Amino acid sequence: MRHMMTAAAALLAAATLPVAAQAQGTVKIGVISAYSGQFADTATQIDNGIKLYMKQHGETVAGKKIEIIRKDTGGPNPDVAKRLAQELVVRDNVDILAGFTLTPEALGAASVATEAKKLMVNMNAATAVITERSPYIVRVSLTLPQIAETAGTWLATKGGSKKAYTMVSDFGPGIDAEGAFQRAFKAAGGEIIGSVRMPVANPDFSAFIQRAKDLNPESIFVFVPGGAQPAAIGKAFAERGLDPAKIKIMSTGEAVDEQAIKAMGDVSLGRLSAWHYDYNLKTKNNAAFVKAFNDEFKRNPDFFAVGGYDGMHLIYEALKKTGGKADGDSLVEAAKGMKWESPRGPISIDPATRDIIQTVYIRKVEKVGGAIVNVDIDKVVNVKDPTHK
Amino acid sequence: MLPPIFGVLFDGIAYGMLLFVLSVGLSVTLGLMNFVNLAHCAFAMLGGYVTVTLVNIFGWPFLATLPVAFVAAAVTSVVLERLLYRRLYRASDLDQVLLTIGLAFISVSVAAYIFGTIQQPIATPAALRGSFDFFGIGLGKYRLFLIGIALLVTLAMVIGLEYTRFGAQVRASVDNQRMARGLGIDVDWTFASTFALGSGLAGLGGALAIEIVGLDPNFSFTYLVYVLIVVSVGGLGSIAGSFAAAMLIGVSDIAGKYYVPELGAFLIYLVMVVVLMWKPAGLFGKR
Amino acid sequence: MANPTPLTPQGYLLARTRWHPLEILFWLATLLPFLVFPNYLSLASQIAITALFALSLDIILGYAGVVSLGHAAFFGIGAYSAAIFSKHVWGEPFSGLLVAAALAGLFGYATSFIISRFRHLPLIMITLGLGLLAHEVANSAHWLTGGSDGFQGVSTEPIFGLFRFDLYGKTAYAYSLAALFIVFLCARRLINSPFGLALRGIRENWNRMPAIGADSRAHIRKAYTIAAVIAGICGALLTQTTNSASLESISFQRSADVLVMLVLGGAGRLYGGLIGAAIFMIARDQFSGIAPQYWYFWIGILLVTVVMLLPNGILGGLSKLLGRWSRK
Repeated sequence: MRHMMTAAAALLAAATLPVAAQAQGTVKIGVISAYSGQFADTATQIDNGIKLYMKQHGETVAGKKIEIIRKDTGGPNPDVAKRLAQELVVRDNVDILAGFTLTPEALGAASVATEAKKLMVNMNAATAVITERSPYIVRVSLTLPQIAETAGTWLATKGGSKKAYTMVSDFGPGIDAEGAFQRAFKAAGGEIIGSVRMPVANPDFSAFIQRAKDLNPESIFVFVPGGAQPAAIGKAFAERGLDPAKIKIMSTGEAVDEQAIKAMGDVSLGRLSAWHYDYNLKTKNNAAFVKAFNDEFKRNPDFFAVGGYDGMHLIYEALKKTGGKADGDSLVEAAKGMKWESPRGPISIDPATRDIIQTVYIRKVEKVGGAIVNVDIDKVVNVKDPTHK
Repeated sequence: MLPPIFGVLFDGIAYGMLLFVLSVGLSVTLGLMNFVNLAHCAFAMLGGYVTVTLVNIFGWPFLATLPVAFVAAAVTSVVLERLLYRRLYRASDLDQVLLTIGLAFISVSVAAYIFGTIQQPIATPAALRGSFDFFGIGLGKYRLFLIGIALLVTLAMVIGLEYTRFGAQVRASVDNQRMARGLGIDVDWTFASTFALGSGLAGLGGALAIEIVGLDPNFSFTYLVYVLIVVSVGGLGSIAGSFAAAMLIGVSDIAGKYYVPELGAFLIYLVMVVVLMWKPAGLFGKR
Repeated sequence: MANPTPLTPQGYLLARTRWHPLEILFWLATLLPFLVFPNYLSLASQIAITALFALSLDIILGYAGVVSLGHAAFFGIGAYSAAIFSKHVWGEPFSGLLVAAALAGLFGYATSFIISRFRHLPLIMITLGLGLLAHEVANSAHWLTGGSDGFQGVSTEPIFGLFRFDLYGKTAYAYSLAALFIVFLCARRLINSPFGLALRGIRENWNRMPAIGADSRAHIRKAYTIAAVIAGICGALLTQTTNSASLESISFQRSADVLVMLVLGGAGRLYGGLIGAAIFMIARDQFSGIAPQYWYFWIGILLVTVVMLLPNGILGGLSKLLGRWSRK
């Protein structure tokens, strides 16, 4: 109800305010991402999502031509992200800031969004606190606690495991995931029998896995960043004799992404994970999305791509609601409470926190017709970020 | 039944051997020719992409691609040596750094342009997958294979540089270029082939590394630090030194993570700083 | 050459302290962004900071021959000190700057006892190792630094209570440029002093300098500490002008980048770092604007071209060309 009223209010505001802002006829979106460096693939996939959406829905919305300006941060540099955001606002006169591969980028740009009163669409960065840093930030990706708490609760209840060991990368997101998982797992009656934090730049996992194995846990929770590590830790599980069929290995989605399970092969079978998107997901819109994505970019979409795609959807729909008015206040109002059917299923923007509400799927790696894929075995609907007050 | 630590140590040794194959080429070019080649890992990356392309697109067997990876990296490096590197043999170290960092930058974006930024998966032959059971501990077959290759490379290098005519020519050219020329040694050719050898080994290392550490366009930089550590801890130009250093780094890293995981990220760097403070020229260094 | 050859060491040093018209032109040009490129002031500010950082590396690399691949450690210490100071003590910028400089200098002095014992490759690798250790410490001290998410809650007050750091970066650039100029004056004075001369002597011949009464190690320690102080100031400037501090400020990448910039501009020439930083960062900004995914390619081409055409960096190559030209 509330979002309808705000939408109505926004429409009313749009109708009554002078049209000076609309005179230009274009809406510029500044995309700030780590296009180069270690996280280049993340930025590439977000960008692919953006491109696909614009190809499918045209480059004009509410009478405005959409123009994208891309800026590279080179990695988790808040200072660079902040400068780029400033430049986009003062030099290129952008109306909307978007992208944000990594948390430090989003946090760096947050103050600019507030000061310049621009809508800032966070298409990936997953630290919970981001949306609290500016009233103009809307997130369409995920928050780590959202995923990790769901994983913890599910594993201790339906997963039937009461003793877990946690292995996370020793940096911000890893520590967040560890905290959220342990909290939820204990709250659901489970016991954490040990934990380890592994260096971020860590090419070899066997020592950590042996430590876990020594304690003989019923289940293990894993968080490693995407890239080369998921496959490395997956193979190390097999080499140290940890069989996912006997010891439940639960993780977030990165650890069992498409490239990782392809590289792991059969040893990935039986791995569990909690995640919000996969190209193999059976939802209403996903098959068409995956096909279109493949036609365009010759690869499968991943959660980065769906973040970019949904981010553009949010921008297009918000502009439709405001009748093309692109100032931050109108757009944020329009975005609050927005609901739509994404390739990942039904999602919405929490009007109170401007954060994403979505379904978290519990998946298992299985062989389907010769291909190794994540198959969803359960789901928890309408999951909010548990840490926002 | 052996205690589990042996399995962990075995993995450490195999990991060290991978570092060895990746870095021994740099030890040769840096130690013998005094050339700071920070694009070394770019040649490794080239080898990796050659293997990935041949396996995934042309359906070659993995093992057959390894010599190709070696040759491709070696040939490319000779072309670059003739065009660019050669002119800087007498230049300052810093100019060499600038040139080779520039080349590494170029390699990153060329790889991203051709292959995309995606992680490249590789299918190793079934014979190299899985593990043996050895008195209760699992030994990964691929890791055994890595250790075998590293031993072969060491043997070939030691024999090649110490006991063959080519080795003698290389050492003569390095010690005194003018004298070597006077004796009729083709110094230019010797340097070019030494360089090709070093880069070829990097290419081989890159191809072998995919299974363990993956491959993406940033490979040129990701392992540069590790390679530099192995080379400096081992001692410049010393093959045995690189071998020992790679072992030390691999094993201490793994053992450290097993016993004191809190120190996991620090250990490699600590080992390096301590070794260099104790022996500035490296474990087997002469100077 | 119009200048008569100076006969005494004092005369030589005095001749070097005289301001060249090109230098005055250079500093006047640094004011241009205010007038000509008012939309590029944030970038100009970060260039000024990076230029100062390159200058601090030049003092040890260009003048004392200490190649460091871990210089970002001091930059990062400065950045985090300023951030922590502004959060827990107060946000007045100048005092934050001083605290950062002092702490970075302290760490610089402590490590200088290790650094001054080594030369060449072991030295490079030890600086690299110490830099990486500093990075790991900053990452694992999550409670203090915010780890990889970056430091939260930097609050910098307006300068003199009047000029707040604005969206256009006017204050930021004025502040960074002023810091750059003042520190540059000090560095210039230092380099053209007997101490600076002794450093150059050490660079050329490490073993002979003690024989004429200049203890190499003591000199290196001083130079290293001074460079650390300046690097700390740079880190603090970046923290204060962007209200953020992150692990990138203490990363290997920053150490490597600044080395590349200095060598690109030409080491051992005071202006080399400044020119190198300006060219590298402007090129990077322009290239990455055109091709956000592939700008590394063009930067790489730039570096290779410069090395091939202008050995010893842009300034080194140019002065050689000029010298050849004026001799004709």
